[in-house]
Amino acid sequence: MAKPETIRGWGFVAPALLWTLAFFVVPFAIMAAMSLATLDGRELIWGFSLENYTRLFGQSYLLRAIVVSLEITLTVTIVSIVLAYPLAWIIAYRVPARWQRLALLLAILPFWTSYVVRSYAWLLVLSREGVINQALIGLGVISEPLTLASTRFATVTGFVHFFVMLLTLTIYANLIQLPANYRRAAVDLGASSWQAFRHVVLPLTMPGIATGAFLTFVLCIGDYITPQILGGNNELTGPQIIMVQLGRGANFPLAAAMSIVLMALVTLAYLAASRWLRLARL
Amino acid sequence: MRRALPWIYMALAYAFIFLPVVTLVLFSFQDGRLPVPPFNGPTLKWYADVLGDSRLMSALLNSLLVGAGSAALSCALGFLAAYGLARHVLPGTLFLRGLLIAPMTVSYLIIGLGLLIVFNNYGPGPSLWAAGVGHVVINLPLAFAIIYASMGAQQENAERAARDLGASEWRVLALVTIPMLAPAILAAFFLCLTLSWDEFIIAFLMTRFDVTLPVEIWSLLRSGLSPRTNAIGSLVFLISVALVIGLELFIFGRKRR
Repeated sequence: MAKPETIRGWGFVAPALLWTLAFFVVPFAIMAAMSLATLDGRELIWGFSLENYTRLFGQSYLLRAIVVSLEITLTVTIVSIVLAYPLAWIIAYRVPARWQRLALLLAILPFWTSYVVRSYAWLLVLSREGVINQALIGLGVISEPLTLASTRFATVTGFVHFFVMLLTLTIYANLIQLPANYRRAAVDLGASSWQAFRHVVLPLTMPGIATGAFLTFVLCIGDYITPQILGGNNELTGPQIIMVQLGRGANFPLAAAMSIVLMALVTLAYLAASRWLRLARL
Repeated sequence: MRRALPWIYMALAYAFIFLPVVTLVLFSFQDGRLPVPPFNGPTLKWYADVLGDSRLMSALLNSLLVGAGSAALSCALGFLAAYGLARHVLPGTLFLRGLLIAPMTVSYLIIGLGLLIVFNNYGPGPSLWAAGVGHVVINLPLAFAIIYASMGAQQENAERAARDLGASEWRVLALVTIPMLAPAILAAFFLCLTLSWDEFIIAFLMTRFDVTLPVEIWSLLRSGLSPRTNAIGSLVFLISVALVIGLELFIFGRKRR
């Protein structure tokens, strides 16, 4: 018999737990089961069939979508880290302390534009008559507008914009926790400032990089909006395939299988980054 | 030159970060049919147009309702769970914490797909309520994590003192714990509200006739670029920033103490 104290504890946790079970765990389990079901016309046949998965990996356009998703996600993650790190570093070490909060707030302000609106805003910038083409023509760099929208470049740009802000935040949070003495000690011991960075600061900021990179991976690989608005329909990503299957095709089993594959990729990313991940600290 | 390099980089980074937002807002004042250069503005007619559009305004109201409702419920559930796990010894605490945080690591699209299957087959079908349920799923982990992280020893001592003085469990909660955690709870509330009110994919999958603002904007996009979309987008941005500043103030308030 459990102690009354323990029972009371369960009482507090129960509502949140039941909500998570009912609206997250159970739907997820049903979705997983559905990925093993098949369609007979419009009729759903539950069972244990790997048909959806063999289709995913057998039909070239479906497999292609998974590869495209993965390529875009990896590109975005790497480019975002490379661009965000110097910015976080400058804000943490070059901007005077009293201005840091403001500098950081400014660096992540557009983060709060609605997701749909942000992709639309990039369309304004990248379209044929958009700001960049007009500016380049005005400067005489090009005579004909470039095709920037509806390309993978546009998708990656839209994503990188969002994740540079996110990564700047996580890396900055990590950098300001490092005691300045560590760098000073390294320099006193004869390290150049590059060596101090490479061997002291960078390893210590891996948790921030890993956390940001993992969030980037999760949010990027599962996103439908940015590829749909900015990438057009030239090449489809996994989430776009899922939405197509839900809409016209009404093929829930295939959509479920695609979701499971995307989930599996996220799990692999988690394992790859787990050494440094401190999700609890978020 | 080497000294200027960081500042040049910073300027370029800010230019990149603000480019789409500035373009969005600038061309919401465009006097013409297309939100692209040259800028003919300024005019407020697109804002008048948007504010007079009853569909957009009811979508905006729906968004705020779903946001506030799901944020409040997320904070209530998250607070109770955080209190239960921080103050009571339960078997498998680590597992329970992991389970409550788990939805954070899953794409919104996948959470939405799971809920869609359940609501279509075993529930009342799509509605604003269903979207709210989905938003609690994505916000509960955040609310829980934020509130759990701020449950310190300081509150525990005050709670113990109150209990020693004869307060019942509920009075301790209402008169000691909640007031002491108010900054964290409010911060969690504002964060959930900001995330929920412009969340798209779950709302898109879970609503049918009464839609939220991002879903309504999505359908506007089909008609191509228009200063009208810029105007509604700028308004959404403005409201989100107001919410975030609210959040900042509460976090600042906590830090000063």
